[in-house]
Amino acid sequence: MALGLSVIFGMLRIVNFAHGAMFMLGAFVAYYGLALAHLPFYPALVVAPVIVGLFGLVLEVFFLRRLYGLDPLYGLLFTFALVLILEDAMRLAAGALGSPYAPPSSLAGATNLGFTIFPTYRLFVIGVAIVVCVVVWYLLERTPIGARIRAATEAPVLVRALGIDTQQLVSITFAAGVALAALAGVLAAPNQNVEPAMGDKIIINTFAIVVIGGLGSIGGSVITGFALGLLQTLGAVIFPAFNDTLIFLLMIIVLLVRPSGLFGNPAAAK
Amino acid sequence: MTSALLGTRRGALIAAIILLIALALPWFVYPVLAIDIVAYALFAVAFDLLLGFTGLLSFGHALFWGGAGYVSTILIAKANAPFPLAVVAAVVYAALLALVVGAIAIRRQGIYFAMITLALAQLQYFFAYQLGNWTGGENGVQLTGGRGTLFGIPLENDVAFYYGVLAVAALGTYLVVRVVRSPFGAVLHAMRENEQRAVALGFRVDRYKLVTFVLSGTLAGIAGVLFAVGNRLSGLDGVDWHTSGQVVMMSILGGIGTIFGPILGAGIFEALQHYLPTVHWNVFGVVLEVGDKTNVVMGTIFALCVLLFRRGIVGELLAPRAKRAKT
Repeated sequence: MALGLSVIFGMLRIVNFAHGAMFMLGAFVAYYGLALAHLPFYPALVVAPVIVGLFGLVLEVFFLRRLYGLDPLYGLLFTFALVLILEDAMRLAAGALGSPYAPPSSLAGATNLGFTIFPTYRLFVIGVAIVVCVVVWYLLERTPIGARIRAATEAPVLVRALGIDTQQLVSITFAAGVALAALAGVLAAPNQNVEPAMGDKIIINTFAIVVIGGLGSIGGSVITGFALGLLQTLGAVIFPAFNDTLIFLLMIIVLLVRPSGLFGNPAAAK
Repeated sequence: MTSALLGTRRGALIAAIILLIALALPWFVYPVLAIDIVAYALFAVAFDLLLGFTGLLSFGHALFWGGAGYVSTILIAKANAPFPLAVVAAVVYAALLALVVGAIAIRRQGIYFAMITLALAQLQYFFAYQLGNWTGGENGVQLTGGRGTLFGIPLENDVAFYYGVLAVAALGTYLVVRVVRSPFGAVLHAMRENEQRAVALGFRVDRYKLVTFVLSGTLAGIAGVLFAVGNRLSGLDGVDWHTSGQVVMMSILGGIGTIFGPILGAGIFEALQHYLPTVHWNVFGVVLEVGDKTNVVMGTIFALCVLLFRRGIVGELLAPRAKRAKT
């Protein structure tokens, strides 16, 4: 289910290993919020992304900003180092095994959908995922800020010449992307254990989604994300042993047939 | 600038010094740790051939390292295969894998290339995890019956095995140096500097990339076999993406495209990883223990390295000389 949300990461065009770690941090903030401050689930949905988003902003302003002029690979490597640091730091703070995080009682149990019975919490997650996707899509495609962000990713020099602070836009976008990762983390917390390694599993899938959908295509990654979520659910029923590999096989096929991704722009691929 | 040291008298001197240190290594550290260091050094050199000379960052090199390790240990442990046969099979496996993965991955560049190699490496990881009958799942494959035999001679002496590993690693490194300094290497250089021009000159760029990828993957596979058999163990760690990340860190720490750098980086990295957990300093009454914070320390070192001295240790040492040569 977090897969549906992990889609969002891709559209911000920041390829970031640390997204998995941010996802994990979001879940931990929610967990500690409940354990230490009795912060219930719903407020945690807002508080955790804000805290982690601010943390992301700090990272961007102090470290990542210094790497922009260089090969994008260095950004990738720096975030990989971040993953090592954050994961181990959390392992020290919380132990490697992880802790369960109970969903709120109002969302426990199952709902009868007529044709099938579905856990209420999962329905809630799907609902939130759809809402968030629509909101992000609206922000990026239909508002002045979104137009600027898109312009800044496509032609930063021109946008700067028009008197817009692209640096600020990039910072905001990065923080928002990180906050979304944290939101996905909070949402995933009740479904799986809150553990330091939880981000690892999700990030690889996210990469595959981005490659399949085609980077920079917002609609593409949303559709791919949901389609793959569905595929994995079906795969779990049909051949459970190799469910995890399905997504990668699909990625290989897509790369062979259409190297720029399903919804990518072939000209922009190289 | 990248290969400034290679082929010069100074380069030969450094190579000789590294070799001398390597020859003396088993007297300073445990022989098995020495095997680890040398195997990782060859791994890093193989990786450097790809990143340093074609500019392709593979984040899935554990695919070849761990995969070949599995093949060799499974053959020795389960099929009782003699050592040479197991090695050949494992290296062939790594080479074929590199051919397939390379053919897919070189369709994209830069970050996409890194992501595709990473995803494909994870594919193997999941298979290794699922096929517990063969790979032992979380426990890995242990060579409880020993390392097997080479022409009837048992390979249980760690120091002797180390010198065998060293000989292979030295040959592998020599091969990489020769490749880099060959006409083939010159084409790679041209491609990295200006790919369009290389295409315009009639070079089949993709084919050069693929050959380099296969060569790099095969060497990584050889290194992985040495490591796995040396430790009498191959496990999920070896195919995990953190291992792919480690070799990237070693290469960057030492200096990409310098060949010597990654060797140095691998040595420093392995030494840190081995000794950091035992650090227990008492500085003016403040006890400083690294213990299980090793990854935090390593991550910080690497992050600083990426932020502050991207050319790596050897690269930074060479930089002033290169500047002087220009003026």
